[in-house]
Amino acid sequence: MDKNITRRESIITFFIKSTGYSAIVFVGMIFVFLLLEGLPAIQKVNLATLFSSRWYPIEDYFGLLPLIGGSLIITLGAILIAVPFGIGTAVYLSEIAPRWVRDLMKPFIEILGGLPSVVLGFLGMLILSPFLRKLLELPTGLTALTGSILLGGIAIPTVVSVAEDALDAVPKSFRDASLAIGATEWQTIWRVTLPAARSGVLTAIMLGVGRAIGETMTVMMVTGNAPILPKGINDLFSPVRTMTATIAAEMGEVASGSVHYHVLFLIGIVLFLISLIVNITASAVVFRQKKRQERILS
Amino acid sequence: MKSSSHHRYKQQQFGFSLLTIMTFLTIIPIAGVVIYILVLGAPAINWEFIFGFPRGGMREGGIWPAIVGTFYLTLGTAAFAVPIGIGAAIYLSEYAPDNKATRLIRIAIINLAGIPSVVYGLFGLGLFVLFLQFGTSILAGSLTLSIMTLPVIISTTEEALKSVPQAFRTVSISVGATKWQTIRKIILPQALPGILTGVILGLERAAGETAPILFTVAAFFLPRLPSSPLDATMALPYHLFVISTQVPGMPIEIQYGTALVLLVFVLSMNIIATTIRSRARARRQW
Amino acid sequence: MNKISIQNFSLQYSDGTESLRNISLDIPANQITVLFGPAGGGKSSLLRVLNRLNDLADVIHQEGKVLLDGEDVLSPKIDVIALRRKVGMVFARPVVLPFSIRKNLTYGLEVAGEKDSDRINGSVENSLQQAALWDEVKDRLDDPAIALSGGQQQRLCLARVLALEPEVILLDEPTSGLDPISTGKVEESLQGLKQDYTIILVPHSVQQAARTADLAAFLLQGELVEVASGDTMFTNPRDQRTQDYVQGRFG
Repeated sequence: MDKNITRRESIITFFIKSTGYSAIVFVGMIFVFLLLEGLPAIQKVNLATLFSSRWYPIEDYFGLLPLIGGSLIITLGAILIAVPFGIGTAVYLSEIAPRWVRDLMKPFIEILGGLPSVVLGFLGMLILSPFLRKLLELPTGLTALTGSILLGGIAIPTVVSVAEDALDAVPKSFRDASLAIGATEWQTIWRVTLPAARSGVLTAIMLGVGRAIGETMTVMMVTGNAPILPKGINDLFSPVRTMTATIAAEMGEVASGSVHYHVLFLIGIVLFLISLIVNITASAVVFRQKKRQERILS
Repeated sequence: MKSSSHHRYKQQQFGFSLLTIMTFLTIIPIAGVVIYILVLGAPAINWEFIFGFPRGGMREGGIWPAIVGTFYLTLGTAAFAVPIGIGAAIYLSEYAPDNKATRLIRIAIINLAGIPSVVYGLFGLGLFVLFLQFGTSILAGSLTLSIMTLPVIISTTEEALKSVPQAFRTVSISVGATKWQTIRKIILPQALPGILTGVILGLERAAGETAPILFTVAAFFLPRLPSSPLDATMALPYHLFVISTQVPGMPIEIQYGTALVLLVFVLSMNIIATTIRSRARARRQW
Repeated sequence: MNKISIQNFSLQYSDGTESLRNISLDIPANQITVLFGPAGGGKSSLLRVLNRLNDLADVIHQEGKVLLDGEDVLSPKIDVIALRRKVGMVFARPVVLPFSIRKNLTYGLEVAGEKDSDRINGSVENSLQQAALWDEVKDRLDDPAIALSGGQQQRLCLARVLALEPEVILLDEPTSGLDPISTGKVEESLQGLKQDYTIILVPHSVQQAARTADLAAFLLQGELVEVASGDTMFTNPRDQRTQDYVQGRFG
């Protein structure tokens, strides 16, 4: 009986080990596939065109800059909203709110994180967009600003939950020490607790950035989808188009194997690399902080 | 001295009020969204809407195929993502040594979590639909969604496993159990509520996603139910997208009604997950 | 023949803690052998070698022999699972599994593949009797074990070991978290158990060592300083270091 148990155990261990390594396999597969279908674009379209500022695939204009610019300006706008509100809410929930308020609000915020982006885009289209158009007297409500506001809202739950965990993890002794010297709670938050949670908060922001860059449906529905390179702050009030929306909107209409098809995959590579960089940086920050804390506490 | 602390308390009062307002400004839109859709979508909800088939270019009738399609996609995602995800989490929590290979796995998981959903759609199109020739199908869509859902399941499962006290493992080994016996008889059962919560939350996200299914499974006007995994199907998120942006003359109640059904689908999963989590916490034997 | 014979055994962990240097010790059967000494001396490590529990720890160097009934337990050919049933361990903090009292006791037999329900049920009562816990829990065997008091939980852990019918029982400071009454009950059980089992105890105080030891071994910083009978060790030890420790001059 013992032999059977050992044999079964090693089979199970083998399966478990393979699922463990599967994550690497999947990332590799995705990257390889994107490369396979995206790199031909570089052969077929010369680099100068790719870096031009005209995206009009019907006439073979494959300039990526307006799309990259569109993603950038919307992400920037989203960050400007998500960071203050997200960190502020996290600070409130973690440091100021009474227990029952926190226990009530946390699930609420989780719900927002679970709302499908298409629903938010839908409401943004029907409510936020006309509202902004009337308020700011714009020709159209489908602008980068609308997208930024919605994306900010989408990124907030991510920022709040990661930042709140980070603030929660700061040892009580830090706060107690600060209060004992006579600092107010407010001062303690900004001079002691928040700096101590610095890396977790930074991670929260980066994850929020990642979320914003990667959003597709919401931006497709509210940003107007005009691939014009945004050049200044005023362009916040005009339509733009993001990389993600471009892929989603045009993929259904391209012929497999055409130049347009390959360029869309190339955009996919760009998005993949951006998220790679953001996420690796975020995790490296956390890793270093964890090591430092281990040294301090040991 | 007195004026300085008075000033600091004023500052604190101001700061606290500001943050409280900010938080409520964040919360109120959430409640607003749910209430708005509830109010505007409720009129469209009737038996025919839920269980009927679409007619008249989607402008009449019901959305039953979309509901069924989303349901099948969620099941399909679970079928692939749950075994692989839990297995990987068990590996990371119970077996993996503290070395470079393990770090690489963790980095890979973090990356999978960050890849934009539309890039998953591209990948699914290229690999499952075209290369493996599954076509626009539930199979292709489920496989795509399941890879996307893996990181959530792996990380929440790993957390649930790690929260089980280490002492249980030591005791179990000391009475002569093997590692897998320990995992199967003690660790997994104790971590189960946490695992379930994570799985349901992951599936909730998969059910609401549009971009990954855009090119891999979704059909717009398919007035019959899918009969095999190789069929294309309608799905709620895609349906909402199309009827709100691409169909002129679509009655507004149908749009809100569809949004409401999707919202209910997703939120009920959320509520189930939260309930499991809080009830399990109360009944814990450690 | 001695039940356990430790021959020139040395051990080092990767972080340098609790290493053992050239330990040679014979442990007789059916007696209580006590391993005592100040913290960090290697007592727990030595215990964990005997049931190969320190396979789970980060050992970088190990040499020597540990014979149980003449067989070297360190040999890779040994069935470690069977060894751990033969050599049971009770830990310092009572750790009950998150099950009922009954299931805590049947768990060991379950993982061993025991299917005979008569044997299983019999062992439940038997082991609880031996651990002097039967009267207190016989009416609530299906209640969660976590509901028991600290002292009862620790006796349950002892019963859990006894349910596997071991030959050797290792106890690593088993009463360190318990009140004096519970401590007394555990020590009393051990006196009864030594007739059928070989008992190796790491006490949490010199007084406990003196109360319980038939044979005593003094470990200081990984070195075996002295071995003597229970009577002599605590009244008239040979080595000056032993004397200093026993009399409380350091520790």
